[in-house]
Amino acid sequence: MKIQWQTRRSLVMALLMAAFAAQPVLADGKLNVVAATTDLGSLVSEVGGDRVSVTAIARGYQDPHFVEAKPSFLLNLRRADLVVVVGLELEIGWLPPLITQSGNPKIQPAAPGYFDASRFAEILEIPTAQVSRAMGDVHPQGNPHYWLDPKNGLRVATGLAQKLTQMSPGNAAYFQQRLEDFRRRLTDAERRWDDAMKPYRGRKVVTYHQSWPNFVKRFGLQVVDYVEPRPGIPPSPAHVVELIALMKRQGVKLILVEPYFDLKTPQSVARETGGQVVVLMPSVGGDKDTGDYIKLFDYDVNLLVRAFQQAK
Amino acid sequence: MPHAFPRAALILLLAAGLPVGVARAQSPPAPQPAEDPQKAQEERLRKLEEEVQALKAAQAAPRAEAPPLGGAGGSAAKALNPDISLNGDFRGSVGRNDVRPVPGLEMHEAELGLQSVIDPYSRGDVFLSFGDGGVSVEEAFVTLTALPGEFVARVGKLRAAFGKVNATHNHALPWTDRPLVTENLVNGEDGISDMGLSVSRILPAPGDLFLEATAQVFRGDSGDLFKSSRKNDLSFVGHLRGYEDLTENTNLELGYSYAQGHNDLGHDFLTKLHGVDVSLRWKPLRRSIYNSLLWRTELVWSRRDQLPVQQRAFGFYSSLEYRLDQRWTLGGRYDWSERAAQSSQLDRGASALLTYWMSEFSQVRGQYRFTRYDGHQDASELRLQLVFVLGAHGAHPF
Repeated sequence: MKIQWQTRRSLVMALLMAAFAAQPVLADGKLNVVAATTDLGSLVSEVGGDRVSVTAIARGYQDPHFVEAKPSFLLNLRRADLVVVVGLELEIGWLPPLITQSGNPKIQPAAPGYFDASRFAEILEIPTAQVSRAMGDVHPQGNPHYWLDPKNGLRVATGLAQKLTQMSPGNAAYFQQRLEDFRRRLTDAERRWDDAMKPYRGRKVVTYHQSWPNFVKRFGLQVVDYVEPRPGIPPSPAHVVELIALMKRQGVKLILVEPYFDLKTPQSVARETGGQVVVLMPSVGGDKDTGDYIKLFDYDVNLLVRAFQQAK
Repeated sequence: MPHAFPRAALILLLAAGLPVGVARAQSPPAPQPAEDPQKAQEERLRKLEEEVQALKAAQAAPRAEAPPLGGAGGSAAKALNPDISLNGDFRGSVGRNDVRPVPGLEMHEAELGLQSVIDPYSRGDVFLSFGDGGVSVEEAFVTLTALPGEFVARVGKLRAAFGKVNATHNHALPWTDRPLVTENLVNGEDGISDMGLSVSRILPAPGDLFLEATAQVFRGDSGDLFKSSRKNDLSFVGHLRGYEDLTENTNLELGYSYAQGHNDLGHDFLTKLHGVDVSLRWKPLRRSIYNSLLWRTELVWSRRDQLPVQQRAFGFYSSLEYRLDQRWTLGGRYDWSERAAQSSQLDRGASALLTYWMSEFSQVRGQYRFTRYDGHQDASELRLQLVFVLGAHGAHPF
């Protein structure tokens, strides 16, 4: 019996040792960061440079509401020092079970390694009255597409610099210097985008989903209606008829669509109204020319300017 | 109300400052003239008023310039309440099934979900099921998220990690029923669901292979499948799953499950189950809300101790689901299963399904189901289902 007990104890010890031996070790002293989206991943890279290793879960051409909670994401999450989320329930359909199952206490909600970027951004469309699902797939805490205003990109980057500094104080000066460099490049780029968009301020557009409030506010456009009758609800024939009439009445020529939505309905509306469909990229990496946060706006602003020129 | 506190503090300071000033002014020896205390008091009041004005101005200025940051909004007051959801499952049936009949119309289940983080170390998930049979606890468990060594533990009442279907709640199934192999070998709709403890961990594996092991120990009661007649009649479930992304759009998952427990014949009679599950998914990222394909097959082997001889039974199902567009999903399933207590009895069936998604929060499903029970009793049914969710729409496990 004694031998059996010793054997069992050895087995338990071996299992425990194997478990702890598999603990993550920081590669080259870098912080492991997992971002929910490529946009946040790009902002982490801007600030963290080569002192962080960044992985993004949702791809840039993917609808971030409908990511599959694939087990392969757990391989990165279990070794993450920091997880950066969009928040405002954008990832509610897939991220919470991944974080729970990760076996990583550092990144659980409210732990030091959980960074909710929405806390640093200007959030639009925060409901001031009772909301219900009759309004569609609404976000009760405000519109989560806030990264589409470069001012919010800078605010989030500033918050990230503070967080990375807390986690790696030895690199504080490095993160601060990179933040300042990003601020300078972004400010220069904003002047360029403002100049390009200046002739088109006040123009009316239609968007597919309610994804662009921060973008249109920043660049002075007006959204008059959506292809979806309500967020997340597919367009009905009656709504399409109303939309066509509205666009004709108000002389709206552009329909802005994300790359993951079906183009069939927007194109038929555009044909009826003499307008055109513009497939804007809502996220970094959605196209080969949108490799980082600044390039994303370069891409979208250039596309819009060309579209407005053609729509004269 | 971020400015309310300093303002209230200043009022308190003003109130507290008066008697202090008077007391100080009255304390001898005072080199100042007799009217000084009053002047000092007036001067102090004036300065405090100036400070109040300056603070008000300082608070007003940035509020006018800076946008409100963060999006907690009006829901902040409810932030500490758990997420509450209710999943409804209403069913109707036409046609004939003399072997396992179902009601023509039934509110099959209303499942109330309460989910929340408990503290920095754990979260809680409770699902109460209200149906024709009364109220039952579908699941109620605490997940310990801060264990060392990358372990994740669950304690409470759980649906066991035996294959894929057993752990899935009714409203999340792609069918209106459960496969025949579940009905015959894995305790029907309730499945292996019991009070116990579960520990899982991702295992080291080569390349991008995801490998996870789960070990569970239960009290030993799961309907007709496991019955604990003594305190130490525990049941055990083990699950090993491997997953790999074949491409960005396609992935393959393989699982092996084992379950063992004492059956309803007593302490000396065991039932042992082995299960294999395979899932192949295709879901193009750019088109994921419009098109996807899932092929899933589960095979179960049962070995039940009973008199006069042990029964060995086998069963499986194979199903296919294809999402045609944002609203329509087409599916089919083939069933083949022997019965656990009498393996010479064989049931077979086939189903065709069509699901209409009104939105992410409600769907209508129709299932035509043909079943040949024990090789000669035929049942032909059309089953309809309305599934809806109220409140928070939590994520389903992969």
